[in-house]
Amino acid sequence: MNTVHLSPDLRTASGELPEGDVPEIATRNACKLCSPLGAALVFKGIRGCLPFLHGSQGCATYIRRYLISHFREPVDIASSSFTEDDAIFGGARNFAAGVDNVIRQYQPELIGVATTCLSETIGDHMLGMIKTYQDKHAGDGPPLVHVSTPAYTGTHSDGYYATLLAVVRQFAQRTSLRLPHRVNVLPAIMSCEDLRHLRECCEAYGLSATMLPDYNSTLEGGSWDAYHWIPPGGTSLDEIGEMGAACATLEIGHTQAANSQSAAAWLQQTTGVQRLALGWPLGICLADHFFTALSIASGRTMPRRFAEERARLVDAYVDAHKYVAGKTAAVFGEPDLVVAVASFLSEIGIKPVICATGSKQKQWKELIREALASDIGEFTALSGADHAKIATAARELKPDLLIGSSKGYPLARELDIPLVRLGFPIHDRIGSQRLLTVGYRGTLELFDRVVNALLEVKQSTSTSGYSYL
Amino acid sequence: MPTVDQSPASIQVLTDREDQVWTKGSGKQFACDRKSTAGSVTQRACAFCGSRVVLYPIADALHIVHGPIGCAVYNWDIRGAQSSGPQLHRNSFSTDLAEKEVVFGGEKKLQASLLELIRYYRPKAAFVYSTCIVGLIGDDVEAVCKTVSRETGIDVIPVDSPGFKGTKKTGYEAACKAAYRLVGTGDTSGISRYSINLLGEFNIAGEAWLIRRYFEQIGIQVVSTITGDGRVDDLRRCHGASLNLVQCSGSMTHLAQLLERDHQIPSHRVSFFGFEDTARALYAAAEFFGDPEIMRKAQELVRSEIATYAPQLKAYKQRLKGKKAALYVGGAFKAFSLVLALRSLGMQTVLAGTQTGNAEDYEQLKAICDPGTVIVDDSNPLELAKFVLEKDVDLFIGGVKERPIAYKLGVAFCDHNHERKIPLAGFEGMLHFAREVAESALSPVWQFAPRRAMRHHQLSTNGGEA
Ligand code: SF4
Ligand code: SF4
Repeated sequence: MNTVHLSPDLRTASGELPEGDVPEIATRNACKLCSPLGAALVFKGIRGCLPFLHGSQGCATYIRRYLISHFREPVDIASSSFTEDDAIFGGARNFAAGVDNVIRQYQPELIGVATTCLSETIGDHMLGMIKTYQDKHAGDGPPLVHVSTPAYTGTHSDGYYATLLAVVRQFAQRTSLRLPHRVNVLPAIMSCEDLRHLRECCEAYGLSATMLPDYNSTLEGGSWDAYHWIPPGGTSLDEIGEMGAACATLEIGHTQAANSQSAAAWLQQTTGVQRLALGWPLGICLADHFFTALSIASGRTMPRRFAEERARLVDAYVDAHKYVAGKTAAVFGEPDLVVAVASFLSEIGIKPVICATGSKQKQWKELIREALASDIGEFTALSGADHAKIATAARELKPDLLIGSSKGYPLARELDIPLVRLGFPIHDRIGSQRLLTVGYRGTLELFDRVVNALLEVKQSTSTSGYSYL
Repeated sequence: MPTVDQSPASIQVLTDREDQVWTKGSGKQFACDRKSTAGSVTQRACAFCGSRVVLYPIADALHIVHGPIGCAVYNWDIRGAQSSGPQLHRNSFSTDLAEKEVVFGGEKKLQASLLELIRYYRPKAAFVYSTCIVGLIGDDVEAVCKTVSRETGIDVIPVDSPGFKGTKKTGYEAACKAAYRLVGTGDTSGISRYSINLLGEFNIAGEAWLIRRYFEQIGIQVVSTITGDGRVDDLRRCHGASLNLVQCSGSMTHLAQLLERDHQIPSHRVSFFGFEDTARALYAAAEFFGDPEIMRKAQELVRSEIATYAPQLKAYKQRLKGKKAALYVGGAFKAFSLVLALRSLGMQTVLAGTQTGNAEDYEQLKAICDPGTVIVDDSNPLELAKFVLEKDVDLFIGGVKERPIAYKLGVAFCDHNHERKIPLAGFEGMLHFAREVAESALSPVWQFAPRRAMRHHQLSTNGGEA
């Protein structure tokens, strides 16, 4: 085997292939990030909101660093900067001082407080601290919202959805009023371009969408002429307040559909907003569901442009089907993304032989199987997986293609197969914010990337090197 | 929506931080070496991060992060530190504690993880990093390490680095302590009298190889680069060297002190950044050994290297002359070198800051800066933006977290952090540095950035050069 391209997880300290029992207990190269990152992402999508992590500062700095390398935008996240004393005696003092300083410097419209493992473990009583703080300020200053995000109980994906619920629960007004043509959109962890396209689709149906979060411009804004404390954009608290009066909530992500504690479920139970639980609208089947939901919410039929996009997509499927026929892929990342990609692949004749996520997802295999558009036979579904496990499976099953984040690169290099970058983080390519994967248009973009990656392999491994395929 | 005043003057420096911002010529007091202010979006990470950075490039050791997953995964293979052989350090191993371990203790999982990983990867030693949670739940990491060490026959070394224990610097010290456990355990035979260790060199983009070559060329043996392209066995015998050259003094001073205390090895602070500092470092070593032949060779090397690179550098200088730079880096000693290097390119440093500089470093930094230069300690994005605007800088030197501040404001940027993949040390490195700076500062893209567009327009209508 070519040792130069061996993945680091497949070498001993002296560069040889390891032997013996494969480690099972330790996590080797995790396929997940920690829950406060998901919380920060939601907070970044609320107008004027500054994320605040209650705990030691390292967590905030690491999360900032990671988000910055993916989005290539400023990401300011404050922390209460615990010291040893705070870890022992509780962080109330630092919390209050930290919030004061954040208000002084940033003048935020909202402070989004997420806990870290540390503050969760010492049992800091966040709601009490927030109340004390608010009493002291007698209603002055921005509101605070709190979400509990200990990383030892979930991943960034879990943190993200927990934060959606926390925000909605705190700010959405309980009302029986219905605003006509108003829908809520609760996206999964998606690219900025995805968020923009979701909104565009709603608008094309005459719907006005309150999207939570909407970080499309806070995490992919223009070049500035003056410094912005907090980047412009995001959903305002007023809009969030009205979420209880929308006609329907379009809730994206298969994992949420089964979640009776989701933000959309809460809205339905509390204020009667119809919950339309959808998968990530990638691939014709899932995109069809999405557009159907828009029809239900708006009472309108599909606008012509989408019908045309769909037609072009079908046409592209047909044009390229032989290039992809019989190919296999390994897909990894956030659970909702993986399910959608698997479904999409099953539409075009690529078999997703490995579907892996770092989240501990109940009924993972069933979830995927139900979303498939065709019977693909047996496949390996890994939940709670790390990259070492994914690599082990891939070495055995030898997929033609990897689909997932930059973290799959060492494996792609080792197996000498293409990696189609998708998900989070992508920090070895430019443009992760702009990867479109929703709707017919997004499907087509991904489809082209997938097919072309395979064509490139075909071409570069051919002896003749024809420029015509 | 209330309109917020977004002028740079309206950005407040937090009261608690007022004495950590200093302008040359102001006569004010300056403070550093403090914990970060709560709520100030510090650019610093934590103590754990400090120790992880320092020990990371020891390539044939197993590094396992004991704690919940985040602390480990945010560090996975993001640094530019290179290894000429083993790649084990590039993995991210973690005990990935779950709720039940947080409640009932993580010792068992740590022990089992260590045993299976050591059996599988056969490392030369293992480092176990404690994160905040572990510091709190009270796992006896030391005891687990001892047990595993006994069972596997390799050194299993705890790194006492819960993030809350202090700043990155606290972590540096924990790392030095951990590394020092290996020192003195190896055979020192065959080590020349003319020998050194390089401390605080991380082999970013192969820099340690370059520097090692210089020393070998002038007849000085490099026993260990400790961290850069590090190996456990080199650490074991590094006490056999005659001199320690300490770069990035913040991170490795403690180890140098231990080596001096127990093995009487003197140390010398150096920097390999820029022509001047690189030459000075080589001369300092040559002088230490007092051998005229070494000195002659050092002079020859410096002469020939400068002859090779100076002309190309001159071309850059002509194009960069007069530009204003801001820098915000980890340690003050690096800042100090950068000011000199920028000056040699005809550029002026108008803002300089560091995450972890100490009083002594800052004195030196203050001394070489021009009047009016702003110096900041443990700054935050808003402060940095404020001074970038007020000083109207053309170039920002920093790391990934500073990059968007520069780019959003239409300011050029040069990465001078551990994540970079371009060697900036040594004579050759200076040329790379100049190229890096020029490629950004002279790029045509700025004409479209709103903050620059106006100026560009004015300049071109005046017939001036952009
Ligand atoms: S938990 Fe502690 S050790 Fe881990 S990143 Fe946060 S501050 Fe650092
Ligand atoms: S302590 Fe928890 S919240 Fe902080 S970085 Fe580690 S896993 Fe994430």
